[in-house]
Amino acid sequence: MSVIANARRARSSPWRRLLVRPETGAVAGSAAVWIFFAIVAGSYGFVSSLGASSYLSVSAELAIQAIPVALLMIGGEFDLSVGSTVGATGMLIAILTTHYGWNVWAAIVAALVFAALIGVVNGYLVLRTGLPSFIVTLGTAYILLGSTTGLTAQLTGLTVVNGVDQAPGFASARAIFATALGGGQLYPIEILWALALVVLATWLLLGTSFGNWIFGVGGDANAARNIGVPVKRVKILLFVGTALGSCLLAIIQVMTFTNADVLRGQGNEFYAIVSAVIGGVLLTGGYGTAIGAMFGALAFGIVEEGIVFAGVDANWYKAVVGVILLLAVLLNSYVRKLALEARR
Amino acid sequence: MSTMNAQSTPLIEVQGVSKYFGSVVALKDISMKVNAGEVMCLLGDNGAGKSTLIKILSGVHRPGDGHYMVEGKEARFSSPRDALNAGIATVFQDLAMIPLMGISRNFFLGSEPTKGWGPFRRFDAKFADRITREELLRIGIQIRDTGQPVGTLSGGERQSVAIARAVYFGAKVLILDEPTAALGVKEAGIVLRYIAQARAKGLGVIFITHNPHHAYPIGDHFTLLNRGRSLGTFAKSEISREELTSMMAGGEELEVLSHELAEFARTDALAGASLAEAAREFEEEAESLEDAASEHQDTLNRVSTDSQ
Repeated sequence: MSVIANARRARSSPWRRLLVRPETGAVAGSAAVWIFFAIVAGSYGFVSSLGASSYLSVSAELAIQAIPVALLMIGGEFDLSVGSTVGATGMLIAILTTHYGWNVWAAIVAALVFAALIGVVNGYLVLRTGLPSFIVTLGTAYILLGSTTGLTAQLTGLTVVNGVDQAPGFASARAIFATALGGGQLYPIEILWALALVVLATWLLLGTSFGNWIFGVGGDANAARNIGVPVKRVKILLFVGTALGSCLLAIIQVMTFTNADVLRGQGNEFYAIVSAVIGGVLLTGGYGTAIGAMFGALAFGIVEEGIVFAGVDANWYKAVVGVILLLAVLLNSYVRKLALEARR
Repeated sequence: MSTMNAQSTPLIEVQGVSKYFGSVVALKDISMKVNAGEVMCLLGDNGAGKSTLIKILSGVHRPGDGHYMVEGKEARFSSPRDALNAGIATVFQDLAMIPLMGISRNFFLGSEPTKGWGPFRRFDAKFADRITREELLRIGIQIRDTGQPVGTLSGGERQSVAIARAVYFGAKVLILDEPTAALGVKEAGIVLRYIAQARAKGLGVIFITHNPHHAYPIGDHFTLLNRGRSLGTFAKSEISREELTSMMAGGEELEVLSHELAEFARTDALAGASLAEAAREFEEEAESLEDAASEHQDTLNRVSTDSQ
């Protein structure tokens, strides 16, 4: 039998192989912005452990949402309701504990169940209507924000609910979700949560059948369905994942601030997508890594805090984010082209 | 392989199958069957109903009327997965592979090998790589890296990998949707040779194509579809390549078409004659005009010399 491989015999260099990994751009980007701010803001304490703790905690909070959003985007969908889900689930915990006297742990479980429900509804609506998830989840985002604000105002007369620390079970819940670790109690435990999440997501993506299905449904949902992948189940579970990630962030924030604000989390939906994209996740789906999304969030956090340390007017922050986003997208499309050519 | 009893019972058989989409008749009263170790070619032009028929066979659609039997038993598939579990694997044109995914991950997509148990059950990447490499070598495709994206393979190789995957996962019936349509001559040859290998292994193959030159060398039986209806099923001994080609194009319709073309040619000739006449007339007119013009010029010249 003839062998038709001669065209692909040429070895690709390890350097090129590293270059086509989806997270390479985000790792290099994080390093670049860190070096930049170490030079510009080093004398203002950016390189100190205080600096590290500030950008690491910002990055961790971003990553907790960006990692599940990255999985969903690899699966070919968007979720713009993750910001509103933070506000809604956080407020649910606050109202259940302060208004109805629930135990904090019971309220946390209720919030997680509610979040999972949001994910199922999002997924079901997207799959049932066949409409772009971008629009469907934008709709559910507004519905969530509006009804959370309305119900909270009706029940409490306010849109910020304080006093969660008075509820039973608060101390033990705070120990898990909102303690500070390390020398000088500088590093919040959410950094560990983000790291645990990236390990879990990477395992899921690369180590399990489900991960293979995520790449499949995102790469070509039709082909995946034809080969027997349960496309609907995969996508709905991914929507549940993004909602649960948001709920985890809400729990952490409620335990940290001992209150909930209906507006908390607004804007996060785009930060999560941007982190994923900087991290090498393709907007069109089917390609990307959780580690990349984590580094995307890290680059984001370094820029946000670096600007503060550098003493630059923080109003410039979003302009810098925009520039980084554009550079990341350009880099990604170039890397994808390399990936498809690399072994030719 | 169950070649013994399969000779008596067809692997799959449809009887009087119809399918309507609203008021549109996609398929009307189609009957066909496939035995083990046999290639059934399903031929028809665009819009003949080939796609609808294979979607019924592969579990995407349910038949409106009629019977669909798998190894003699009535089949009720609600998804492609059901059909796959019954040993009916369909390789859809262009939809067989995920371009950005690695070859071995594509190969095992939907049927991933796992090791370990409970929460530690994981994708067995080593096994997947080894099997993919072996199976591809068997069909003559040597790859250095099973992790390379499928998008880097050629069209023929992609189809072959998709077919190899179906065979590996124990397909008894292969349904191939236009596997040679977008391929060059050499590439189509790779796929056709692989279809022959699958038949030799005792699989039943349904080969959908609109190219009789690809169908005739490999097919044992030929079912022709035209506008949702069957023109009949023929064994290779009953039909020549020329007859197949002319039936494919719709026999009588082709004759009508050639009449029409002849008519066009005749009217063209007539039009040509009248045009030539018109041209001659124009020419004459132009000559007379030229004469007039030169006369006029002469007059002008005379006038100008007079005035000087």
